[in-house]
Amino acid sequence: MSKSVLDFEKPIFELEEKLDELRRYADNSDIADEVAKIEKRVHQLQQNIFSNLTRWQRVQLARHPDRPYTTDYINLMSEDFIELHGDRLFGDDKAIVGGFARLGSQSVMIIGHQKGRDTKSNLYRNFGMPNPEGYRKALRLMRLAEKFNVPVVTMLDTPGAYPGLEAEERGQAEAIARNLLEMSSLRVPIVVVIIGEGASGGALGIGIGDRILMLENAWYSVISPESCSSILWRSWNYKEQAAEALQLTAPDLKKQGVIDLIIPEPPGGAHRDYERIAQILKEVLLEELKKLMKIKPEKLVEKRRAKFAGMGEWAG
Amino acid sequence: MPWFRRSKENIATTPERKELPEGMWEKCDQCGEILHRTELEENLFTCGKCNAHFRIGSKEYIEILLDPRSFKEHDRKMRSTDPLKFVDSKRYRDRTSEAIKKTGLNDAVRWGTGSINKKPVVIAIMDFSFIGGSMGSVVGEKVGRAIDRAAEKRQPLIILSASGGARMMEGALSLMQLAKTSAKLSRLAERNVPFISILTDPTTGGVTASYAMLGDINIAEPNALIGFAGPRVIRQTIGRDLPQGFQRSEFLQEHGFIDVITHRKDLRETIDRLLSFMVPTKR
Repeated sequence: MSKSVLDFEKPIFELEEKLDELRRYADNSDIADEVAKIEKRVHQLQQNIFSNLTRWQRVQLARHPDRPYTTDYINLMSEDFIELHGDRLFGDDKAIVGGFARLGSQSVMIIGHQKGRDTKSNLYRNFGMPNPEGYRKALRLMRLAEKFNVPVVTMLDTPGAYPGLEAEERGQAEAIARNLLEMSSLRVPIVVVIIGEGASGGALGIGIGDRILMLENAWYSVISPESCSSILWRSWNYKEQAAEALQLTAPDLKKQGVIDLIIPEPPGGAHRDYERIAQILKEVLLEELKKLMKIKPEKLVEKRRAKFAGMGEWAG
Repeated sequence: MPWFRRSKENIATTPERKELPEGMWEKCDQCGEILHRTELEENLFTCGKCNAHFRIGSKEYIEILLDPRSFKEHDRKMRSTDPLKFVDSKRYRDRTSEAIKKTGLNDAVRWGTGSINKKPVVIAIMDFSFIGGSMGSVVGEKVGRAIDRAAEKRQPLIILSASGGARMMEGALSLMQLAKTSAKLSRLAERNVPFISILTDPTTGGVTASYAMLGDINIAEPNALIGFAGPRVIRQTIGRDLPQGFQRSEFLQEHGFIDVITHRKDLRETIDRLLSFMVPTKR
């Protein structure tokens, strides 16, 4: 894995490098104490930095170039994944992937936004920004899952729906709106996980569900901090303040009643331990699905609608 | 390609020329025609010369669409609580207070019951003049209650949209209003109650990506800006100019997203005719 290091991660990486060096050159046991000491310091440093993250730093973590993406989770969590392509109307959007998979013995339909790792794959994936056909493919797969009573898992990780000319021609707004409507009446369980970036309607377009889970260092809001800065402050330079004002982290959203559960990430963030985070997520998903599979479809739909009906705050 | 271009913009117009006697005259933004207030009102705030539809508010639409004195407003006093204590260059709290003072409204939508040609309807009408018609918790809740009412009373639902999208100052809670209104519409659809969505200038962002695009019938006023992303953002993204008429009502109809484009003066009759075909039935 290529290593990208964020500014606030640097002290941890520097100390870890020192530790590596020490281990490499020390074959005698008299420095074992020293190694243990540094290990402890690394651990403490990590805890210090990660327990005091600003909202903007969380946004940076959510966008970390090494962060696991939808297909990474699918590969690590499931066997038997079979990707299904196309919306049967226009094309196959590479910014949303989906298909049948098994989590343990539980069949699921997994659908998620997919970013690329490098320039080439990012162009292929359109940086995880779907066009209307992406949302329509997602809906087609959800309907397919419904037909065979297979629950749906969606993974949100997008900087937004693609703001392009053709996207508008083909009805970006209609595609998202249609999904919100149809997902509200889907007769199988839907578990939504925000794994990275949850930018506005582009994220919500596959984000209606019975349980909304969110990774500790993901963000989810009505707009990205940068765009919010450019509109409300009329400058791109207020992204940190915008991130604070938007209250877009997992703990914020739990407080606002937008999400149900925060999934803790391994020390240093999901990108430091793919296997661990995939294992944690798989366990949580199986637990949630087990509970949801017991609920009758009518009740499930009714509860799902009521869940979203209750969101918001007003007076009078 | 023209053979030559005008090198300077606005050669002939000077700012002074635009200053007209307060309240009496208005200038058409589209063709520059100077229109007398009474003539404008008679034309339901459309330009008699070029057909431009001026932006108007819920007060005017209530008069245009509903039978006289039939409108009964609900939840008139509902207001934003500023759930995030949001501050940018201004406090959100101050923004709402100013908007309330300026418009005499409490938020960007009004809903109630009324009748069109004696047919009872539930109606929600947005006001663009209130913080750009943006949808936060109050708009979502009021539109939601209109949908619920239509579902329970089995009366046709009309939502008239005019909005820049979801309201940033309520963060994710604003985004969830897309989910909330759409979820309620899915219940309405199951009950076979008709929903007519009217899209006016402008309808963009989260409102387009939820209820505005979900009508059994989508009606637009002529030349209204309708889209998901704003034209400025799209231009920046693709790095070239947008074609003439892009994201306008006629463009959307051409691409299959609008059923009918209607002049404002025919809006009421069009709805009336449509409702005569779409009678809620029990199954």
